[in-house]
This record gives sequence, structure tokens and C-alpha cells, in this order.
Amino acid sequence: MASLVGSRVERKEDKKLLTGRGKYTADVTFAHQTYAYFVRSPHARAQIKNVDISKAKKASGVVAVLTGKDIANDKIGGLIAGWRIKSEDGSDMKVPAHPPLASESVNYVGDHVAVVIAESLDEARNAAELVKVDYKVLKAVVKTDEAMKSDSIYKDIPKNLCFDWLLGDRAKVKEAFDSADKIIKVDLINNRLVPNAMEPRAANADYNPSTEEITLYTTSQNPHLARIIISAFNGVAPENKLRVIAPDVGGGFGSKIYPYAEEVVCSWASKKIERPVKWVADRTESFLSDCHGRDHVTHAELAVKSDGTFLGFKNETIANIGAYASVFATVTPTYLFGPCATGVYKMPAAYSNVKAVFTNTAPVDAYRGAGRPEATYTIEVLVEKAARELGMDPAEIRMKNFPTEFPFQQTLVHSVDSGDYNAGLKKAMEVADYKGFEKRRKDSEANGKIRGIGFCTYFEACGIAPSAVVMSLGCGIGLWESAEVRFNPTGNVTVFTGSHSHGQGHDTTFAQIAADQLGVPLENIEISHGDTDKGPFGYGTYGSRSLTVGGTAIVKACEKIIAKGKKVAAKMLEVNESDVEFKDGEFIVAKSNQKKTIGEVAFACYLPGTYGEVKSPLPEGEEPGLKESSFFDPGNFSFPAGSHICEVEIDPDTGTTEVAKYTAVDDFGTIINPLIVEGQVHGGLVQGIGQALYENCHYDDSGQLVTASYMDYTMPRADNFPEFKLGFTCTPATSNPLGTKGCGEAGAIASPPAVMNAVMNALDTDISMPATAEKVWKACQKMKKSNSKAA
Amino acid sequence: MKTFNYHSTKDVKEATKLASSSSAFLAGGMTTIPSMKLGLASYKDIIDIKRIKKLSGIKVSAKSVTIGAITKHTEVANSKEIKKAIPSLAVLAEGIGDPQVRNRGTIGGSIANNDPSADYPSACIALNATIHTNSRKISADKFFVGMFETALKKGELIEAVEFQVPEKSCYQKYPNPASRYAIVGVYVAKHKSGVNVGVTGAKSCVYNEKNIASALSKSFSSSAVDNVKISSSGMNSDIHASGEYRANMVKIFAKKAVDAC
Repeated sequence: MASLVGSRVERKEDKKLLTGRGKYTADVTFAHQTYAYFVRSPHARAQIKNVDISKAKKASGVVAVLTGKDIANDKIGGLIAGWRIKSEDGSDMKVPAHPPLASESVNYVGDHVAVVIAESLDEARNAAELVKVDYKVLKAVVKTDEAMKSDSIYKDIPKNLCFDWLLGDRAKVKEAFDSADKIIKVDLINNRLVPNAMEPRAANADYNPSTEEITLYTTSQNPHLARIIISAFNGVAPENKLRVIAPDVGGGFGSKIYPYAEEVVCSWASKKIERPVKWVADRTESFLSDCHGRDHVTHAELAVKSDGTFLGFKNETIANIGAYASVFATVTPTYLFGPCATGVYKMPAAYSNVKAVFTNTAPVDAYRGAGRPEATYTIEVLVEKAARELGMDPAEIRMKNFPTEFPFQQTLVHSVDSGDYNAGLKKAMEVADYKGFEKRRKDSEANGKIRGIGFCTYFEACGIAPSAVVMSLGCGIGLWESAEVRFNPTGNVTVFTGSHSHGQGHDTTFAQIAADQLGVPLENIEISHGDTDKGPFGYGTYGSRSLTVGGTAIVKACEKIIAKGKKVAAKMLEVNESDVEFKDGEFIVAKSNQKKTIGEVAFACYLPGTYGEVKSPLPEGEEPGLKESSFFDPGNFSFPAGSHICEVEIDPDTGTTEVAKYTAVDDFGTIINPLIVEGQVHGGLVQGIGQALYENCHYDDSGQLVTASYMDYTMPRADNFPEFKLGFTCTPATSNPLGTKGCGEAGAIASPPAVMNAVMNALDTDISMPATAEKVWKACQKMKKSNSKAA
Repeated sequence: MKTFNYHSTKDVKEATKLASSSSAFLAGGMTTIPSMKLGLASYKDIIDIKRIKKLSGIKVSAKSVTIGAITKHTEVANSKEIKKAIPSLAVLAEGIGDPQVRNRGTIGGSIANNDPSADYPSACIALNATIHTNSRKISADKFFVGMFETALKKGELIEAVEFQVPEKSCYQKYPNPASRYAIVGVYVAKHKSGVNVGVTGAKSCVYNEKNIASALSKSFSSSAVDNVKISSSGMNSDIHASGEYRANMVKIFAKKAVDAC
């Protein structure tokens, strides 16, 4: 049987998803359904003086109107920050209370004040207009770089500072900088983004008063985490009385890792009114209340020798985490950011200092890449600038500083098990026809256009993560993953994984793995995820972890199945277990060529007897059934890496920047399904190029979200892109048996610096993201002026 | 959405009779319905005019192209007669919104709404259009009064738009990368009597850019535009583009339009 690992199997889930047969949370409607509409703050910062619900309660179709006081009276706990970070001075981070419905103050536009539950959505929405909230409006703190100088939003959090964190050694860095020939400096803004999953968030909670069980359908990347938080922290129901189902989910990009106020409120309210409560966000609510991404202001410096050798790196960053500390808000700009900020290079000394600040904006949390795009942007813009200032080729300066020995102890945290960065960059330069660039530049010039080229070489820490390591760094949960492989009596298989699929293609990739392991045809394997009542506990999908951690758990469970199968087959064939080998779905005795298929063994495990005689195929003491589970906790992160090269062409008259050519050569270790991996890279590139050229979440000075719809928030579109040129190199990961490293975030990590470096190469000036037409046009005007002066 | 009375009418008289200070005519509904859904507008009566046959259709003569008010963008974009008589008008229609909008949205609805970034108003200005209503004829330069404001009186219904066939014309727009409405759209039309330059997106209301128009009337070439100074005062300025940028784009896109004529 040919191995399925490495083959371009078409996605099993696509037929359902592309023909409208998917089942999403919004598609679930229960008998006696009610509909929730949230009353949200129109102000960025205000005290709540009074909430008058008397009129709303009497409105047509209204079942209940619940406020912050109600939720406080019922002692429902607040939303949590899931990762505890200590400041450089040893003090604990400071986080404000985050009640699911506010009763004292609101802290961003869209903050939850009350919920109206009615027989129909229209009635709920109309009644919500009748809820009169008396606000005392306060001056909002909006800008990232001004937060520490502004009024304190919370009285016990001075300077709006959540923490002031340091990773690295300031003294060593000072020494390195003192000995440098040149110091390269950049001031960067990593622009705030709105995740914009295709499916908006939704929840439908159904409380059964007779069993006291709540079933919560929700748009989650991580239903088990939702259950433990809603149960243990919000205290809505004990875990055994709370079933969380994340059915088909239309994308998450990090924004659906954790539960929000709405899921908590719907679950609690359902219990209160003893009817199911459904909420589906409209697009404006998504813009206002989904956790946003990025939003850093960074000053970074690189100390170099005149031959281009890197000596040291320092990074001073202010990270805006919004109004409250969301679940992964505190780890994203620290342990997911700092360690990767020295890039893919040998860097003798480094530190990252991050100040996380609260502002009156929507909470900021993990978004595709989470910390690593910000890190990569910082170092890669700096490295490219170093090349420019030293008059070196951007590839040459990189190669000079690449590590060549693996495992490579990276400066700040990680021990990188494998990689070959030179091979990747060389291949990328070939695919991109780097040699031909000068000619293409001249051709563009002849057409009145300005062409630029930009590089990005990156690595990232994925396969999140060894539990003991992350817990030692403040993580409130483990990050292992589970799998259960369940043979059905007739020989087909259901694989349960704790890792949810919402676009990643688990139904296909995971089935390929199980098919190879068990020798069972792909179509006889079903992947099941997303229901806390079905499979074992798991930690969900994010951080490019599913295949590396969850896939390995499947391998381990399959190994246990085969181990048991061998015993049973030996008994059935009346040979010693040591004589039985397993290959391509068959237990074979090499000497005699006797065999039993895995299907026959499964059948025997479920029907362990023989007609007419008392005879079991099971060895003595062996239990019937064929089902095994595994919990895999990785020994290390995995470290995908790659080299991306972008060419842009700029129209100086309008400032429009076109991505003319884009090459991505990535090392994801072993690739299970190239078709899916290429799709992941395409999606990541589009998001990253979107950040570089188009997307920008903009609040005005009063804290109103100006870009709250697609009229104003620029999503990248298909016609913005050329055909991407992809290539792969492979150094398998050593930390998992599959050798995989993860591919979900790479495109979004590598492309912003590649694009911006190309723009800056074209314009020979610093420019901030997004490089909108107007910004680029202004830079072109300046360039014209200085050129005419020079002439 | 608030509840409302829905009326479907078959003739203009019935439609205008039903009109009141709290009613709206409904053609394609591409602006009216989203505004109602978002709670930005609410009406007691919605008067659907889509079934009034008289309001639909395209008539082309040597001198003019007349388009019925409820004619859809896609019909204009695909009309062989229009492509022959005023090709730029068909191109403009093809560039409005997306296929869904073009399959429902109408020319009458577009100009009655007079969105400062809509495409059709610039064509009306450039092509010396006459707007025929149920009670009178209004020339385009008098029709577009201000932001979302026209010379239409309450209950007055557009029946057709009559465009003058120019010698040459071209519409060029720089779309907002988010909404794809025009940040700046420039419609240049050369008539015997002179040149018009209809500009949309740049100011609070469509206008004829007279400085460029008179330069082009003297010499119809893009280099004639080079020395025209476009002031940024009065230009829209928002997160997408400053007044200064828009002023530059008016010039650049006027040149592009002339070159492509």
C-alpha cells in the first residue's frame, strides 16, 4: 500500500463546506428558541450611573432583560487572563476585573452592558434600543504610545501598565553595543488588525432543567478550553453539566481560541430563563468586539560589525492589549514575541523589553502568528536596513549570520532542533530569479514605475507546546494534545482528536496519518472533533500545533492499537506474539505467511467467541474492544523556517503598490498533504500582505472605531495578488515522530517584512504599515524633490 | 429593521400619489435596504417602482442616450447600443460595486441618492445629462445640490436620464481599496461645445472641474492638464485619503482619462 503521507489528497470536508451542507452554530435552532441581542457601550470610557430596563422589559416579545447587576448577583465570574507574566522587577502583572456584563464602567466601544432576550431577533434588537443607560463619559485612552502618559483607566493600575517584562541580558547587550562598528535603529508600528473570520462569532446555549445540563454550541477553536473556563472560572455549571460543541467553524485565526462574554452570558441566561438562548454576531459586532491582533510600537536596534556580523539586538516595545487582559493577551507580546525577535540569526547578546498597556479599545489577543509576526517584522526590517546602510547584499548579510550547526541554541529561549537556512535562502533566490531583478527593475523604470525587492528569512516556534515549560513561564493550562482511535466492529475507524478543525483540513490530513498507520483505506476513517461529550479533553487548534502535537497523539494511539492487535492476531493464528509483524493493515507471520487483517482482528475484539465451542480469540487477561487513546506532550517546540522574497512595483503618480512577484520557500519539516500546506501558505501570505499594504484598524481620538465595516476596513482581495511561487525544503523535526513542524502561521509571519522591505527598497526611506497609496505617494513626492535638488 | 408598509405600483401616477414625507421609492434598494437594516433610515411606506415598465429601457439616437430610471447597471454595461454610442458609460456601469449590486442597482436610484462617491453622477455632469422626472426636466448641473442631496422634491420621481453623446469620453476611477467606491473618479467628455470634467469622490458632491475642462477645451491632450493647479481646499479628507492626495488624483486621473479617450 502506497503511503498517503506526502500525497495531495483532496480535502474530504470540502464537498460539505462548498455545497452549503456545513453545519454552523447559526444553523442550530432548538425548540422554544430565544434570541439574544447585546446592549453595547457606545462610549470608549464611561461610568455607568444607571441602567433602566423598565421599558425594554415591556416591549413586544421580550422574555428577559439582564444586566451587569444580575450577573454579579448570581456570582458569575469574570473573563480571565490565561497567562501570568511577571515584570522585570519581579512584580506580578496587573489586570482589571472583566465582568461578562459591565455594571460599574465600560471600557471600549462595544463593551457589554446588558442583554435583551426575546422571541425573535428583531424584537430583541428593537427592545435593546429601549434600554436606557445613563453614562458619565470619561476621557478615553486610545493610543498605544500615549497610554502610559494618560489617565489611569483603572484606579489600581498606574500608568495603565499591565507589566513591564524583560527577556535577556541588558548588561551583555550594552557590552555588545559598545563594541559595535555601527548601530542600526528602527522605529516601527505593527498595525492593529481585525481578524475577520468569515463566520462571525455565535453561541446557542440550551439548558435542560431536568438534567441541569447546558449544551453550548459555539464558534470555538477550542471547545474543551471553553468548557473549563465557563465552568471553573465563570462558574456557570460544573464541567460534567456543561457540554460544549463547536460544529463547523468558519475560520478563527486565533480570535476564537477562548470564550467571550457572549458565550458566558448565553449559557447563564439559558439556565435562568430555562430556554435556549441564541446569539449570532453581525459584522459590526465582530469588528467591535472580536479580539484584535498586533498593535505594537517598537524601537529596536541592531549592533553590527562593519563586515555585517551581528553583535547584539535590543527591542523596546509597547504592546497595546486593549481594555482588558484577554486569555492569551499577555503571552502574545512576551513569550511568543521576545524569543523570536532575534530572528534566525546567531546573535551573541539580546534583550526584549515589553510594556503591555491597557487602552479603551477592544481587547487584543493572539492573531495568526501571535507575537511571531511582530518579532519577525522587527528583526527583518532591521536586518534589511543594516544591509542598506552597510552597502551589503540583503542575502549576503543574512547568510553571514545564519547558524549552520543544529541543534542551535537561539539567544533567548529556544533550542532549535533542525534547519538549513542557507539551503532555503538559496532556493528562494533561484525560484525568485534574484539575478534577473536588476533587469526587471530597469524595465519597470522604463514604464515610469519604481520596482523594489525585499527579503525575509524567519523562524518561528510552533507545535505549542511542552506543558511543563509553558506552565513554568506562567501558562495557566497544559498544552499537550489527545487522540482516541476507535475501531468499530466492522473494521472502519473513528479518530477523535482534541484539536478542532475550522479550515485547516484535519478531516483529511489526520485521516491520512491514521490510514498510513493502520493500513485502513482513507474513506474508512472518520475524524471527529469539537464535542466535549465525544472525544477526550484536548487543547484545541492554534500556534501551528494541531498536526505536530495532535497528529502525534494519533500516531501514538495507533501504535497502541497495533500492539494490542498483535497480541490478538497471535492468539488467533496460534503463534507467538514475537512472530507477528504488522504491515499495511495486516498482521503477518513471516515464517508461514499466515495473516489476519486489522479488520478481522477488530471484529474478533468486539465479538470474542466462536459458534459451537467456548473459544476466545483474545489472549487471557486481554479486554474486549479495540480502542486506544493517547495524550502527547511534546518535548520541545517545533521550528519552521523559511525565506520569502517579494518584488513590488510602485506607480509614483498614485502611490499604488502592486505585489509583482512573491516567492516563499518554507521548511515545514515533513509535509503530510502538500495541497493543504500550499493552501495554508497562500492564506497566510494574503493575510500578511494584507497587513503590509491594506489592513488597518483605526480608532479616532475619542475611541470610536472608524473602521467598523468593510466600507472602511480594507480586506485583501484575490485581485490584489500575483500567482505565488512556492517552494519547500525539508529538515524533519526531531521532537515528534512525524517530523512535522507546522505551517499555519508562516505566511502571515514572513510576508509583512518581505513586502515592506521591498517597498522600502524601492523608495529608499522608512515607511510604516500599511503602505497605503497615499503614504507611498508622499514618499515618492519627497524622493522627486530630493532627486531634483541633487540634480 | 422597523416595520413598514410595502406598496408595489404599476404606474408613475399611483407611485407619486402614495408618496409622502415618510415614504421612499424602492428600485434596486442597494442603499435604501442596507440603510434600513442598519437603522440609519426608517420609512412608513416603501413604494416599489420596479414593476413600472415605462421606467425601464434604453433608447439611443444620434445625439442622445436615454436610460430609464429603473434600468439596472448590468443592462447599461452590456448594452450594445450604449457601447457603440458612449462606450465609457458602459464601462462606468461595469465598474459599479460588484455583480450583485450591478444586477439590482439602478441608474435612477444611484443619482437620486447622490452619494458623493457614486459613479453615475460624474457621467451626468460630463455628458450634459437631463434628468426627466414625472413633472419636469432638470439639467445635471442643477440636479446635484450637495452631499446626498438633489433638486428632487418630495415625492418627485425620476423617470429617465438623457445623456448627450460626446465626440470622445472616458471615465477613470481610483477606487477606495476597502469599499471600492471612487476615492476619485474623473469623467472627461469632449463635446462640440467644449469639454466637461465630471469629478466624483473628491468633494462632498460631484462637480465639473472647470479648470481642467477649460484647459482641455483649448487643447485636448493630457499635457494640457499638467499646468492646471488643483487646490485641495474643499476636498474630502478622511482615513482613506487626504484632500491633498485627492487633489493630486483628480489631476492624474483626468490625464489618464484624456490619454484613454
